[in-house]
Amino acid sequence: MTTNAPTRHPLPARRADFGRKGSAFLATHPRARLALLLTAPLFWLVVVYIVALVLLLITAFWSVDSFTGQVRTEWTLDNIIKVLTGSLYQTVTLRTIGVALAVTIIDVLLALPIAFYMAKVATPRMQRILVIMVLTPLWASYLVKAYAWRSVLSQDGILEWLVSPFGGHTPGYGLPATIITLSYLWLPYVILPIYAGLERVPDSLLEASADLGGRTWPTIRHVVFPLVLPAIIAGTIFSFSLSLGDYITVNIVGGASQMLGNLVYTNVGAANNLPLASAIALIPIVIIFGYLFLVRRTGALDNL
Amino acid sequence: MTDQQPAIRLTGLTKEFGAVTAVDHVDLEIAAGEFFSMLGPSGSGKTTVLRLIAGFEQPTSGTIELFGEDVTKRAPFDRDVNTVFQDYALFPHMSVLENVAYGLRVRGIGRKERNERARRALASVRLEQMGDRKPSQLSGGQRQRVALARATVVQPKVLLLDEPLGALDLKLREQMQVELKEIQRDLGITFIFVTHDQEEALTLSDRIAVFNNGRIEQLGTPAELYERPASRFVADFVGTSNLFDDSVSQQLLGRAGLHSVRPEKMTVGSGETGDDVHNAPGTVVETIYLGSGIRIVVDLDAGTRVSVLEQNDRHRVHDDERGDRVVVTWHDADVIALATPVSVTDAAAAAST
Repeated sequence: MTTNAPTRHPLPARRADFGRKGSAFLATHPRARLALLLTAPLFWLVVVYIVALVLLLITAFWSVDSFTGQVRTEWTLDNIIKVLTGSLYQTVTLRTIGVALAVTIIDVLLALPIAFYMAKVATPRMQRILVIMVLTPLWASYLVKAYAWRSVLSQDGILEWLVSPFGGHTPGYGLPATIITLSYLWLPYVILPIYAGLERVPDSLLEASADLGGRTWPTIRHVVFPLVLPAIIAGTIFSFSLSLGDYITVNIVGGASQMLGNLVYTNVGAANNLPLASAIALIPIVIIFGYLFLVRRTGALDNL
Repeated sequence: MTDQQPAIRLTGLTKEFGAVTAVDHVDLEIAAGEFFSMLGPSGSGKTTVLRLIAGFEQPTSGTIELFGEDVTKRAPFDRDVNTVFQDYALFPHMSVLENVAYGLRVRGIGRKERNERARRALASVRLEQMGDRKPSQLSGGQRQRVALARATVVQPKVLLLDEPLGALDLKLREQMQVELKEIQRDLGITFIFVTHDQEEALTLSDRIAVFNNGRIEQLGTPAELYERPASRFVADFVGTSNLFDDSVSQQLLGRAGLHSVRPEKMTVGSGETGDDVHNAPGTVVETIYLGSGIRIVVDLDAGTRVSVLEQNDRHRVHDDERGDRVVVTWHDADVIALATPVSVTDAAAAAST
């Protein structure tokens, strides 16, 4: 039966080269493997990221010598007290939170139907096209998109031309324009997690609900919504935190309105008061931490 | 004679997905209280028929009647049929009790009553202790029973089961088969059971429809299908068959046509002779010990390979080994004449004219 014996193709002989020795060392030393894997990212995370954040925190407790303009490294709570009690800061903080909330609500309302269509209705081909369409705006510069909206919203812009025959008017520059522009900018960040969340809901669950007598609305309320809530919250973390820290959009389309970011910007630049800027910058950080703490229990952080 | 209405009547049911015809003019009546199985290989259209009855798909043409009522255009939530899904489709965010109570909840039944009824349904599948758990904390067999309780708590007229035992291991599957049969007898409702496992279909069903290429190849009781398969496909798919084509039939049986003999109807070396006994010499290729039986594969001199299944009893004295010359014996009464198959090209030609 020699004819049936499989032909053997010899494998090349193993060479005892340096790469092989290194691999053998790593294969038998899990700690060395871990160190090699994590050294660079840990360096980045600790030194570049956390240290910078801590420096910011510390700076907030220093002050500026009004005569020389130099930062004085003496501990003081003046900046914190000023930020907490000053009516300017309170107003701007509330306004910023309001804008961020409005942007988040608008984005979620827009993203839910789009994401549902992408995940559950569209054909696989349409699905890919839509994902690309959602992602494409992210390739364009933030500034270009903000200025595009400035042009759209101007008194002789496209929006005015579109709605004036129906008696409407462009909102012009101000907070509504800021909200519109920010909603546009962060929409992809809200659509994508909700889309991913809906993708993970098996179609058979929707069919099971219909099978058991659940019409469209009960199915959405009892089955779809609870299952994608973590994904929705994951999306809101993006839109909310990105809106809280923004100052460029409001500069471009916000008219005279100021947000927290603008206060930071003027204090770092024109006012040359880095400690006060740091203290203001702490406000959105505290708000975001509070928000994360609230949503932690919903499991949304597993969806980021 | 309203109670003589069939539970399900399908008339000319057709479903096309683009260029593919998944279900091809199926006519079928399923009696009330029947345990009915749709058996076929994957892609044969059996699951599509089930989904059409449930309302998850709309037929391209044809009608579906439920106890004489045309439900073809109705949404799934307006049909008195319920489904046990292949993956069970339990709601992962709800407890077991909430899952079972879901159908009552969306019908607007108060919390107290629906929980009471859901508990009773859970008790009927012996899971009354598991109500507070999440589906993820249950085993496969338990999830299967929850899915069953959830589908039956709303008292459907017909229960559809889409390969419900497919994900279970063999022991559990056999146990669940017995339970399914008991539950069906207790509830007295019609079960329509989709499976690709011919043994399961034979075990459970009152009647079976064998599907192939979107059509019903044969419809009958398990015994009818097994003893009198109408076509080569059914003979091959339901149980194992030794198929004799035209030329082999001429040599071995002395008549033309396509024939089949079941392996357990054949013996090796029994030495039997008589008018209605066929003897065919051959060479043993393989002897496979199965525990309860022994399978002997023999290359007959007539030019075909047959599989013989012998009981592992005390009367079995001979041990045939590979290469041994043996005589395979069977009775003419056990020979099944199969209809000459219509080849695919013939069918296509017939369809185009």
